[in-house]
Amino acid sequence: MKQSTQNVSRLLHKRQTRVSDTVQSVPPSGIRRFFDLANELEDVISLGVGEPDFVTPWHIRESCIHTLEQGHTSYTSNQGLPELREEIAGTFRRDHSLNYDPNEEILITTGVSEGIDLAMRAILNRGDEVIISEPCYVSYVPTVIFAGGVPVTVATSIENDFKVTAERIEEKITEKTRAIMINYPNNPTGATMGTKDLEEIADVATEYDLIVISDEIYDKLTYDGKHTCFSSLNGMITNTVLFNGFSKSHAMTGLRVGYALGSSDIIGAMTKIHQYSMLCAPSTSQIAAIDALRNGRVEMERMVREYDRRRHLIISGFNKIGLDCFWGKGAFYAFPSIAGTGMTADEFAERLMLEKRVAVVPGNVFGDSGAGFLRCSYAASRDDIKEALARIGEFVESSR
Amino acid sequence: MDLAQNILEIIENDPKIDISEIAALTGRSDEEIRDCVCQLEGDGTIRKYKTIIDWDKVDNGFVYAIIEITVSLERETGYNVVADRISKFPEVRSVRLISGDHDISLTVRGKSMKQVAFFVAEKIATLPQVQSTATHFVLKTYKEDGVILHETEHAERLPIVA
Repeated sequence: MKQSTQNVSRLLHKRQTRVSDTVQSVPPSGIRRFFDLANELEDVISLGVGEPDFVTPWHIRESCIHTLEQGHTSYTSNQGLPELREEIAGTFRRDHSLNYDPNEEILITTGVSEGIDLAMRAILNRGDEVIISEPCYVSYVPTVIFAGGVPVTVATSIENDFKVTAERIEEKITEKTRAIMINYPNNPTGATMGTKDLEEIADVATEYDLIVISDEIYDKLTYDGKHTCFSSLNGMITNTVLFNGFSKSHAMTGLRVGYALGSSDIIGAMTKIHQYSMLCAPSTSQIAAIDALRNGRVEMERMVREYDRRRHLIISGFNKIGLDCFWGKGAFYAFPSIAGTGMTADEFAERLMLEKRVAVVPGNVFGDSGAGFLRCSYAASRDDIKEALARIGEFVESSR
Repeated sequence: MDLAQNILEIIENDPKIDISEIAALTGRSDEEIRDCVCQLEGDGTIRKYKTIIDWDKVDNGFVYAIIEITVSLERETGYNVVADRISKFPEVRSVRLISGDHDISLTVRGKSMKQVAFFVAEKIATLPQVQSTATHFVLKTYKEDGVILHETEHAERLPIVA
């Protein structure tokens, strides 16, 4: 009797939802509500966009057009075009003295997001833990869960310029810990980490034999000092899966092309999943990426110089308004604190949107340690940044 | 980036920008920016603050022509004497020494095609060093000094993206 009731209830449950428990366990993205709200309103100035406001440089678009005219629209090898892998290997050899074998240690992915998903599925057994520095990009936690892993977040704080510390990571390590996931320069804080800071993380990874998943998509957008590749640290080339791409540096977000670098066992495993799911990254985009690497430096540096000017404009602007903002040295995000306003970040962002038509993203969307902050993208024109700052200033003043 | 270079890049694209905004963009003080701009003006690095105008949009605007000329050279002075002489005409907007079939390329501006044609015939072609001229009238300007005149490109983006 008991058995049959259970069966019925299981059947009922089955009818009520056809979605897996795993997917149900992940809440919808907190950004969605603000997206819908911004879409309903007119004349919204958006500092809520995590992508460049520049159009892809013309020479890159022109190479896409040319390749389409030539009819190069078939599948590429699963790993990606050999010329692109060679070009990436050459870049890392030249810029970071790192030797990656283009045949076994480089995989071209459909953006970094796909790459991170592949890595999680390639390395995690059910119940394995991944330590994630937080606040973090919204996909990291769900990606670990979808792969059957358990995300374990480590909070960073403004007191330490949003750098993750070896000490905090070590506190969270258990026998199930498999990997550490970091992202510097950071979305959403704009924080960067120097070589010495990263070396301490590397020491912990080595001591506990952990894989480091390093998302370095914003590496070119480092304004003060020089970016350090995690895999360039002593002994870390075999323990790091490094992710990068072309979306942010060359304004190619919609072309969806990125890459993963790592030791052959992990890249091989990732390639296996990629070949059965994605097959290959879009061929047009891969050719665009070759052009970006060969001819894109001048345009990229021009964009980076402009971001740096806007960084000064927006961060000093927030500090003048009275929203304390730390001087992040990378990416294109300012992360001002709204602690003095008496509002939560959600309230602040919602009211700001409704009353002043300025879209920003509340920091708690990126994890609990982002509560009390706003992510404001300065991948927006100077005029928009100035107008947005003026409106935010009025809003803060009127809410006092 | 070097401060002077940073300022030049900002001013080149927006000569109307004020000192305090350049200061905000570079994280420097107004005084530092003012001093640097003064120095760049003083040493001739900044020659002039120019405006790009789409004269096609103005009634009674201007007509432009590109004139290629071949010259006979003088010993000692080379192209300089004739180039200097041509440069002094206010109708002549630019003068360049070029490679190829001709020696010097000019841009000439006038109120009408007739006026430009007569200017070239009377003032340029008659110079003793000038052997031949070829006049090409500009019918439409698509891009001027790095600026595309007919449209500006914007990336169409969703309002909020993580």
